[in-house]
Amino acid sequence: MISPLVVQLAEEEAQNPLIPEIPELVIGLIAFAIVFFVLGKKLLPNINTVLEQRREAIEGGIEKAEAARTEAQSVLEQYKAQLQEARHEAARLRQEAQEQGATLIAEMRAEGQRQREEIIAAGHAQIEADRKAAAAVLRQDVGKLATDLAGKLVGESLEDHARQSRVIDRFLDELEEKAEAAR
Amino acid sequence: MSDAKMLAFETDCHIFEGCGFPTPGLHSFLFEPMFTVGGIEFNKPILLALLSTVVVLGFFWAAFRNPKLIPGKLQMIGEAGYDFVRRGVVYETIGKREGEKYVPLMVSLFFFIWIMNLWAIIPLAQFPVTSVIAFPAGLAALVYILWVSLTFQRHGFVGGWKNITGYDRSLGPVFPMVMFFEFLSNLFIRPFTHAVRLFANMFAGHVLLLIFTIGTWYLLNGIGIAYSAVSFLMVIVMTVFELFIQALQAYVFILLSCSYIQGALAEHH
Repeated sequence: MISPLVVQLAEEEAQNPLIPEIPELVIGLIAFAIVFFVLGKKLLPNINTVLEQRREAIEGGIEKAEAARTEAQSVLEQYKAQLQEARHEAARLRQEAQEQGATLIAEMRAEGQRQREEIIAAGHAQIEADRKAAAAVLRQDVGKLATDLAGKLVGESLEDHARQSRVIDRFLDELEEKAEAAR
Repeated sequence: MSDAKMLAFETDCHIFEGCGFPTPGLHSFLFEPMFTVGGIEFNKPILLALLSTVVVLGFFWAAFRNPKLIPGKLQMIGEAGYDFVRRGVVYETIGKREGEKYVPLMVSLFFFIWIMNLWAIIPLAQFPVTSVIAFPAGLAALVYILWVSLTFQRHGFVGGWKNITGYDRSLGPVFPMVMFFEFLSNLFIRPFTHAVRLFANMFAGHVLLLIFTIGTWYLLNGIGIAYSAVSFLMVIVMTVFELFIQALQAYVFILLSCSYIQGALAEHH
């Protein structure tokens, strides 16, 4: 149910809603004044300070960024120069290594060749010595066999005589010479 | 005053039950005092106005009490609102050099009015404080006093009157008439329209919301349920619309305040 007070208010104000009530007017203004005072005295100066600081920080940041960019540019150029130098150096070293390698290979090849020839020569000498030794032994044996055989045929020992006379040696030399000539 | 002037919620009466539509009206804007302190009767609009102070200060206190160079979320929102009023309204109308002084006033006005408007669609509150003329009238009076005093302070006594009356001899013979209308318009009609523009918008918005809300309840019987659904849809549409109007009217109020102050500061032509 509606109270008599509201009815009374309604009848008073129903005629004109454009007439402000004093208590509402005053309290409304006080409410606004509090907002205005706290915002104006404390909170908005707060944020203004920070906004100003931020603006400076951003401007400072731009300058710093510019400096950093310049530095980075110079460092990049240095780096590029160093890289170029290093490339030259590497190329030079490679060239040197190639040359050294080539000489080394040539030397080793020559060395090998020399050793091969030495070995071959040594082999030849060995063979020659062995052959001579063999020939000498063979000659003795052949001479002995021949004189033994001849002694048996003749009936007396020819050994001493033959040995003195060197007949066998001469004979064998002749054989040798013939073989040499035939070769 | 009959029971028909009560709100539908209070009557609990629906269509086809032999009662008329409980139309909202001027009585919808009257509130019984809730309690009395020192002879002042505190009713719902007054409490909501004080609560608006708490909300505005609470938000800005949380946002700007200890502001950081790199803002948090709340500070960022606060800065956006502050920047909107400062650069979007004050710098645009008065200019940066002269306007800086009036930024705190305009920021306070904008957010205070906006929150007072916003109560219209906040559940349980559901009443725009600015639809009670005393609140917009007080704020408009404040701007009016500031404007008049600035005018005379800037231009002196004669210059001030010339500024207010739009004194301009080049208009020829009609210039006394122009002066008369300018005088009337600026000094008497302007503060009235400044306050009433805000008041009437919020008043009408509240009545519209009430009509559809009450309608939704009243029609909730038999075939009326179908109409009730339409009415409810309108409640939602109007709520969204009001959300827009509330911010717009707060903006218009400070835009006009700035334009008045700019007129007072402007050099007389």
